[in-house]
Amino acid sequence: MRDKVVFHVNGERVEFIGNPMTRLIDVLRDDLGLTGVKEGCGEGECGACSVIKDGKLVTSCIMPVGSADGSEILTIEGIRDTPKGICITEAFRDGGAVQCGFCIPGMVMAAYALLEENHHPTEEDIRMAISGNICRCTGYDLIVKSVQLAAERGGRLWQ
Amino acid sequence: MSATRIDDRIVRVDAMEKARGEAEYVCDIRFPGMVYGTLVRSTVARGKILSIDVPALPEGYSFITADDIPAEGRNELWMIAKDWRCFASGDVRYVGETIGILCGPDRGMLSYLKKHIAISYEEETPAVTIDEALALKGGPIAGEDNIMCSLYCEKGPKMDDVFRQADSIFEETLETGFQEHVHLETNSAIVRQEDGRFTFYISAQCPFYVRKSVSGLLGLRPEDIVVKQTTTGGAFGGKEHFPDVLAGPLLVACNKIHKPIKMVFDREEDMLYSVKRHPSKVVFRTALDKEGGILGIDGKIYYNCGAYLSASYVVLQRGVFHANGVYDFPATHLEGYGVATNTFPSDAFRGFGAPQTLFAIEMHLDHIARKFGYDPAEYKARYFLRKGGETVTNGHIVEDVKLPEMLEQIATASDYYRKAKEYGIGSGRGIGISFYNHGGAFTGNGEQAIIKAHARLVKEGSRVRIEVGSTEMGQGFQTTLRKIAANALGISISQIDYPNPDTSRVPDSGPTAASRSTMVVGKIVEDCAREMKERWDEGDFSVEKEYVHPEGHPWDQDTFRGDAYLGYGWGACIVEVEVDRLTNEVRTVGIWSSHDIGKAIDELVVHGQVNGGIIQSLGYASMEKMENRDGRFRQSSMSDYVVPTSMDFPSQEWFLVDNPYQWGPQGAKGMGELVFNGADAAYVDAVERALGVTVVKIPIPPEDIEEAIENAR
Repeated sequence: MRDKVVFHVNGERVEFIGNPMTRLIDVLRDDLGLTGVKEGCGEGECGACSVIKDGKLVTSCIMPVGSADGSEILTIEGIRDTPKGICITEAFRDGGAVQCGFCIPGMVMAAYALLEENHHPTEEDIRMAISGNICRCTGYDLIVKSVQLAAERGGRLWQ
Repeated sequence: MSATRIDDRIVRVDAMEKARGEAEYVCDIRFPGMVYGTLVRSTVARGKILSIDVPALPEGYSFITADDIPAEGRNELWMIAKDWRCFASGDVRYVGETIGILCGPDRGMLSYLKKHIAISYEEETPAVTIDEALALKGGPIAGEDNIMCSLYCEKGPKMDDVFRQADSIFEETLETGFQEHVHLETNSAIVRQEDGRFTFYISAQCPFYVRKSVSGLLGLRPEDIVVKQTTTGGAFGGKEHFPDVLAGPLLVACNKIHKPIKMVFDREEDMLYSVKRHPSKVVFRTALDKEGGILGIDGKIYYNCGAYLSASYVVLQRGVFHANGVYDFPATHLEGYGVATNTFPSDAFRGFGAPQTLFAIEMHLDHIARKFGYDPAEYKARYFLRKGGETVTNGHIVEDVKLPEMLEQIATASDYYRKAKEYGIGSGRGIGISFYNHGGAFTGNGEQAIIKAHARLVKEGSRVRIEVGSTEMGQGFQTTLRKIAANALGISISQIDYPNPDTSRVPDSGPTAASRSTMVVGKIVEDCAREMKERWDEGDFSVEKEYVHPEGHPWDQDTFRGDAYLGYGWGACIVEVEVDRLTNEVRTVGIWSSHDIGKAIDELVVHGQVNGGIIQSLGYASMEKMENRDGRFRQSSMSDYVVPTSMDFPSQEWFLVDNPYQWGPQGAKGMGELVFNGADAAYVDAVERALGVTVVKIPIPPEDIEEAIENAR
């Protein structure tokens, strides 16, 4: 088994030396200090730990760091100061999507992954896209509306 | 900067740092030299501890038990009662009871060592359900009869006379199951010594509860302990008393090893070994006249409290006081019993005992209405409480009740009356309705007699700092309270600070519970702000006030008579479903609600609470099944215990009615729990109508609907 994993996190090269079965979330949070990535369930069910790997939304709590070898990982820290990240986080703020906040970074990542693929999502598209992200506070309506708001406000940003 | 007014549309003050992933929860905080702690727990539901064998621990690791409590301390957590032990000693009373805490620097090593601590037991037969406990299975757990607490209240003529006049009697038993909070942030805490004082960083609703509860373990006074609330990722009652159960062992351990210790539950621990909503069993016996009119209701209410009392007596009281729903029946006799079992103690959960009895009375009335051929909405509306109407505790409703208007709103929006007629019983489509309320704040004179809440405002230059013990846990109180203060001060919300409470710096405002924060603490803050505004030119100063209870509303806590609540939130909900008659899969196609919360301080915050409370209630009714077999919870993860996703329910249509509460800030009443209290019954009513079945127990996932269909045949 190889013990060196090389990948990019938020554009920066990361060299991980150790057990490749180490969970990606532990590398992100403990080694890289990216604590915007939250652990809600540890089994890929709640989506709080969602990150984007090569353009696809993944749950970092069930992904061994070895599977990240050669990939580009984006976390909330990597998008929050970009125009797209600002567009989504501001829409979440203005649309009332945020309550306790623990699911929200993962939810923002899910919205980001959706809007990159689908610039004009319907309510159904949005509900489907965030269906792997559990929120216990909002009942989802205002999150859905906030993603719609980000799509509308972002306009050309998403094309 | 322009002044912020109550009706201004604003955004939540904490939204951006949370959305950006910058908010720090306990799990994100580290201190130099910090070690980790993990609880070693009982694996049997009832028995005697024969031996605890601990392997040789590596350097830097320690295992702490009841034996490490110093001579001046007592092995008890002081919640409402003092019966919950910090560490089990001698015997164990439920699976998951804390026996010790293992501490050390490496989490991998901790879980390895934990597996090698061998505890042997002499097992005894546990009583797990209400019925088992009442039958004294395995012998009594508490007292001689397993009744940990009980109460009754009665209104109107004596039940014997009422039943003698009855044309018929309708009796049924309605049950609800466990419910797990599933706050996305699991329970977590850090303890360390700061300036010679034990200091907690903790995800908790009630920082002052924590210090009161644990200080006695070391023979300290509450004020010797400092509790700093961290950003709290959801609570719903699950972080009201339960943080004490983490804080206690952490304190004893920190006293021994003098290092910062962090404990973060993983999801499995949080599911299996945390408090739950009380399962309930309600037996209603109702005396009816020839036309199905209600002469009186006799109710026996049983709550499964688990092995320790914690807050159960207060939960039970609220259950009993809400067992008449929103209705004025001519006679009621309601008895409540809190039953001790060998399960993890049940405790606070949004609604605090009211959802169980409200579900029971709503279903009971649905069933009577259907038996006599009435539409449930029309039947229930006959009995709506009105201002001046007598409550089950012989007090009176002191406010206008807007239920007729609320019914009209949602019936029109949903086209209820047409659909109720057109969708035949058993047609696969159904529309259901429910009504509910929630008494705001502590029962009776509890706010004045027990809590004595304080709040303080501190003016420094052009900024004002709010100092209260109330917490933000996701419900929006950071925003709500700042808005109340800014509005009363006539300044911008951006000039107001409200740091998370630190018990060494803020006065005790009472717990963040009972839908009391806006209504009670908000009112004190508003009063402080009014005074501060008048004295604004005096330079820097602070204003502190204590809650004053309105006069003329007597309450006797010994006999449970009088005005239990001065301001209720009121609700009405309609749910429409389609049921696949092959698979029993239920698709919810519409949700309409109307609530009277007095006055919304911030409509966006309220919107989120309404949506979230209703979905949690629909989860409770439809899918959130937590079973306990032989004292063990069977659902240990989020794949076993399923909470609603974005795909499970459609978007909601919601309304508010204005009904300002004379003693609330800007007329606001409580709302956080109200919005949980009734959608469950509307959902079940809809499913019953769609399938032509009678449901007497929730939750009803598809496999349990099949059982109801079988029973109907």
